Amino acid sequence: MGAVTETKGRNMTNYFKLIVLGVIALLALIAANYARDLAYLVNALTVALVAAGLFIWTLRKTDEPVPAVDLSGQYMDGVVRAGVIATALWGVVGFLAGTFIAFQLAFPVLNFDWAQGYLNFGRLRPLHTSAVIFAFGGNALIATSFYVVQRTSAARLWGGNLAWFVFWGYQLVIVLAATGYLLGATQSKEYAEPEWYVDWWLTIVWVAYLAVFLGTIVRRKERHIYVANWFYLSFILTVAMLHIVNNLSIPVSVFGSKSVQVFSGVQDAMVQWWYGHNAVGFFLTAGFLGMMYYFVPKQAERPIYSYKLSIVHFWALIFIYIWAGPHHLHYTALPDWASTLGMVFSIVLWMPSWGGMINGLMTLSGAWDKLRTDPIIRMMVISVGFYGMSTFEGPMMSIRAVNSLSHYTDWTIGHVHSGALGWNGMITFGALYFLVPRLWNRERLYSLSLVSWHFWLATIGIILYAASMWVTGIMEGLMWREVDANGFLVNAFADTVAAKLPMYVVRGLGGVLYIAGAIIMCYNLFMTVKRSPAVEATNSVVPAE
Amino acid sequence: MARQPKKKNEVETTGHEWDGIEEYNNPLPRWWLWIFYACIVWGIWYTIAYPAWPMVQGATKGYLGWSTRANVAEEIATAEAANAEINERLASVELTAIADDPELAGYARSAGEAVFKTWCAQCHGSGAAGAKGYPNLQDDAWLWGGTMEDIHYSIAHGIRNEDDPDARYSEMPAYGEILEEPQIEQVVNYVMSLSPTYEPQDASLVADGEEIFLDNCAACHGDDGKGDIFQGAPNLTDAIWLYGGDYETVKETVTNSRFGVMPPMGGAQLTEAKIRAVATYVHQLGGGE
Repeated sequence: MGAVTETKGRNMTNYFKLIVLGVIALLALIAANYARDLAYLVNALTVALVAAGLFIWTLRKTDEPVPAVDLSGQYMDGVVRAGVIATALWGVVGFLAGTFIAFQLAFPVLNFDWAQGYLNFGRLRPLHTSAVIFAFGGNALIATSFYVVQRTSAARLWGGNLAWFVFWGYQLVIVLAATGYLLGATQSKEYAEPEWYVDWWLTIVWVAYLAVFLGTIVRRKERHIYVANWFYLSFILTVAMLHIVNNLSIPVSVFGSKSVQVFSGVQDAMVQWWYGHNAVGFFLTAGFLGMMYYFVPKQAERPIYSYKLSIVHFWALIFIYIWAGPHHLHYTALPDWASTLGMVFSIVLWMPSWGGMINGLMTLSGAWDKLRTDPIIRMMVISVGFYGMSTFEGPMMSIRAVNSLSHYTDWTIGHVHSGALGWNGMITFGALYFLVPRLWNRERLYSLSLVSWHFWLATIGIILYAASMWVTGIMEGLMWREVDANGFLVNAFADTVAAKLPMYVVRGLGGVLYIAGAIIMCYNLFMTVKRSPAVEATNSVVPAE
Repeated sequence: MARQPKKKNEVETTGHEWDGIEEYNNPLPRWWLWIFYACIVWGIWYTIAYPAWPMVQGATKGYLGWSTRANVAEEIATAEAANAEINERLASVELTAIADDPELAGYARSAGEAVFKTWCAQCHGSGAAGAKGYPNLQDDAWLWGGTMEDIHYSIAHGIRNEDDPDARYSEMPAYGEILEEPQIEQVVNYVMSLSPTYEPQDASLVADGEEIFLDNCAACHGDDGKGDIFQGAPNLTDAIWLYGGDYETVKETVTNSRFGVMPPMGGAQLTEAKIRAVATYVHQLGGGE
């Protein structure tokens, strides 16, 4: 009887789903019909296609008897597996785009005439940043947070298939945003380029993500919430707030991609960089610290160094980070007082940021011998090292006097990439190497020596990237301010561009090495799933102690 | 329960455990804590010293009286005061006398170079070598004259712009609307025969082309094709081509004409001293007359 009721209930849900999907497909087609620009048209057709596909898929399943299985005793790992695959693939896409645009800057002829308006630097640059931050980084965060919150709460993900909705909904955001960029739909806000309808959809997906994560924590069988989950939760909550406030805009037409920001002038700039800096602070720092706090102790098989430090640096970090944004707007129309506060909070943030580095490195400190034998630990050490370096460099660059030299130069690009390639990239690679054998029930990775290759290629790539950008950034900063004996500027802007060419080539080569490492990783992970000896599945929920 | 240390020197854990992960109960590293405190103390001092806290009526000004806008204004005022006297002199002497005064000429060159690299380099290139449609300023070919007065006038008023009523102006007709296609081909071949760098595509058309040239083009470019600086008509007999001297480009020029525009730098853009400085700089690049 119970099973029959279950099937009936499921069918009711399916009918409801069919109605919703049908309406979405219809509305999307109407939107496509009235579309006022190409990006909107393509996006509307994409949505219509996805909704129609899901409609047919759901229709075929409806009225099929579904055996009722109690899954509450097992971790929900399917969605994590999908997330791992998405992370690796989007990573390669994002690195490729980045390497290509690096060469476009060195050799402008790569902005092909036949691809103007689609594949020129201006269109590809947001594609690169969004692909690496949101597609690669975002999928890594979603996948690892789903994995970590289940393990550390000893509970299956809350909300059933809602986790799958989060995963696929997020992929749709990525596809809509990416196609929109290439076709010219952009709000022109850095790291918040997607237009209004993509923002709305992301809001829905993100609230579902928060619900799944929070629901799982509420279900936890451990009394305390593990530190990794504090970081993940702060990341999810804060990104929701940042995303909504920075994307407050009024569409020009419901049938067009263009929208107008509600803030204007310096307020708009301030909101943008409050968002932009905290995208770094909460997406790329807090979220990834969540990753670090789980995967580093697991891989090192060592306890976390200091519980006190994790508490103090967590609260200090999230309270202080949110105020640091104005340092992006030194010497602009922003009033001096806001610029001062941005700088002061950035410098006070130095130690709270380093708390994570200390906890990471000191956790590894009892396992230094593993550095010789375990290339994954080596990746994690390099990652935490780059985290420490960029979180020192950041506060330093926020000092007004330093900023007057570094602002608008490639130094900023170098800073971002030592954080992104070094910290975010390496910790994600480490997590992927940790996860794949466990998620696919393999005894071990296919090849540790390939991990070593990846490690060295990526590390040398980052060093080439960061070093060339330091040199060229400081050089152009100095050239811009160089004056002769009478106090007149010496260099034309074009002179500084010409002087940067060799460093731009070096940077591009760094990118080539980095992406070569990532491709090796994809091969290694694929072969792990394909070839490594299988072991018995171990995804049962651990009983509470 | 908190795990007791197994080894000597090992601290106890908090007793929490998640998926096999435990936490040591280590204290906050001293150096970390003290630097953190020091940063906070420094931060409090800094916000008292500099403009920082927003109040109901504007923000606190800070006891150092520091302000980015005031600093910039002061730096500009200092630089202007330092050069006020020499700028005054530069703006008032005879244009041709600048070169005779080494101090003035030296100042004008360095000031002019800075002005050039800010205002002129976008079109003429940071080395003033020009580009297609933008004259090279290093050679001795001048569309509108290469004396100090000529250069000064071109910079101050610009060429064929709608912003300055005194802008230099001339307009070549689009001969595609006046001549037949074969005639255009003839005159193009004739023009190419004038240049030392190109051979006419079809030498048999040159003689007829000369007829057409004398009837239509010579009024501005001169019977000998050497141009006229009073009308900005280029010399067609030298090796210098603003848009290109190959057959296709010359034909394009004759058929549709060209209309190169340069904005005026006088008036609201640059002071008289700066215009004279950049004129001096351009004049001394190599081709000044």
